Amino acid sequence: MKSPFRLAGRVLLYVVLIVAAVAILVPFCWMISASLKRNNEVLSIPVQWIPKDFRWKNFSDIWTQIPMGTYLRNTVFLSAVITFLQVLTGSFAAYGFAKLRFPGRDALFFAYVATIAVPWQAYMIPQYIMMQKAGLTNTFWSLILLQAFGAFGVFLMRQYYLTIPEELSEAARVDGLSEYGIWARIILPLSKPALASLGLLTFVNTWNDYMGPFIYLTSNDLWTIQLGLRSFVGQFDADYAMMMTGSVLSVLPILLIFLVGQRYFIQGIATSGMKG
Amino acid sequence: MADLLTATPATAVPSPPRRTRRRWRNTLIGWSFILPNFLGFAVLTLIPVIAALVLSFMDWDSYNAPEWVGLKNFQRLLDDESTKIALRNTAYYALGHVPLTVLAALGLALLLNRKIAGVGFFRAAAFFPYITSMVAVAIVWNMLFNPEVGPVNQFLHFIGIDDAPGWTTSTTWAMPAVILTSVWRDMGYYMILFLAGLQAIPTEHYEAAKMDGANNWQRFRNVTLPGLRPVTFLVLILLTVQSFKVFDLIVVMTDGGPGRATLVLSQQIYRQGIVEGEFGYASAISLVLFALVLVLTLTQFWFNNRRERS
Repeated sequence: MKSPFRLAGRVLLYVVLIVAAVAILVPFCWMISASLKRNNEVLSIPVQWIPKDFRWKNFSDIWTQIPMGTYLRNTVFLSAVITFLQVLTGSFAAYGFAKLRFPGRDALFFAYVATIAVPWQAYMIPQYIMMQKAGLTNTFWSLILLQAFGAFGVFLMRQYYLTIPEELSEAARVDGLSEYGIWARIILPLSKPALASLGLLTFVNTWNDYMGPFIYLTSNDLWTIQLGLRSFVGQFDADYAMMMTGSVLSVLPILLIFLVGQRYFIQGIATSGMKG
Repeated sequence: MADLLTATPATAVPSPPRRTRRRWRNTLIGWSFILPNFLGFAVLTLIPVIAALVLSFMDWDSYNAPEWVGLKNFQRLLDDESTKIALRNTAYYALGHVPLTVLAALGLALLLNRKIAGVGFFRAAAFFPYITSMVAVAIVWNMLFNPEVGPVNQFLHFIGIDDAPGWTTSTTWAMPAVILTSVWRDMGYYMILFLAGLQAIPTEHYEAAKMDGANNWQRFRNVTLPGLRPVTFLVLILLTVQSFKVFDLIVVMTDGGPGRATLVLSQQIYRQGIVEGEFGYASAISLVLFALVLVLTLTQFWFNNRRERS
């Protein structure tokens, strides 16, 4: 039998949780609700959470108001390429750091870890000068090069590889598999959860990145959705409904990815944050 | 050590030249794995980190040749009013953001560290703001904070506060508004770290405390908090570093304004370096930023070590 105190405690816990969840989700509800209103209804007093009539037309109008299609295409392209390269080169290098022994390995790994701690702002100026001298500013190349070889991916994958028992690769060596073969046929298939974590985190980070494109991409036809959205705010200062429609469109793909891969986000953060 | 790498018949004792050759081979294989990533990393991260250091002692704009000027950039920094304001604002932001995020994240983790129906939903809800883009976050919160018609002030009026603040339009309230938004966004991430930490505390410790007759608060005080110490330490370091780097949120939400009320160091580096093309001076500011982060991190390490020893 549960005591009435415990029952009351449970009810109280749920009340607290629901209040907290509502407080956290209110900005999203506001965003969705405003995206389905007429502009003059958005900031009405008192706040009207459910629109009088749902204005789905906002979602078709926005494509003609700003080059939403171009922005989305650019963002998808950049996020996909960067994620692919980051996962590929990161997992490959991580194998060298986790499973092979050779002189200089640990010093090299230390350089990787040390630069994770250096804030990007501290070296963004030299990076910018290099890109400028190479004539790569205002091209996708600058962002791809800057983000595809991050130290974070190497670190996260290495942490995971260290948990794979050494006996497995040892057995494969005895069977005559080369190190490349072991990476491709044994380690990679075993590290699917870590690959998924790294892939999702990188994809979402690139999708949401504002500072990189803000610094490097000046032509409108190269802009990502984040830049497009931001400039939209400047141009149509009072078009609140459209602003919210654009925000919903920029968040929606991330929400879908998150719903599918939630587990991997959590795992990736717990691994990279905790076992350092 | 190299023997672990390649399989050789157990009976064959390698002669010295063969052993050297194998060492070489292992080194080559090792490097071949690291190289594709390392090349990009070295050219685009490692070299710029070193270059930033050198550049801060130079005068260089985008037109003239670089010239060694010693400490001139650092002197200029001491006289530059906006850099000093940026430094002060960054400290203000960190002092608000770090403790509030720790409290919110720890609170959420304690609430959600139990087996109850729907816990997955609540955890996901708390985490979702973290993966939402800064631009969307900033646009939505700017509207929520609208002084006249925004829901935040409407709510404040509703509970009887008549002179509600002007938030992002007020020099006094812009920074608190930014801090609140950033706490809302970041707490889910740190909640996950705290949850992982809570789950690492052995349940026997709680049972033992219960046997000794410890009440909820005593168990929290004597089991949970000490058990969380390593995570708390990590969270504090990550949050401090993160606070000192703040950029996106500020740029989109207030662009440093009104006036210079929310101007922060990263933004000052961006303005001086990329907008004005004063590479040397901007590098000096970034060196200061880096030094601050380093000193704060080392201090936290030192405190942590001392506490662990006592």
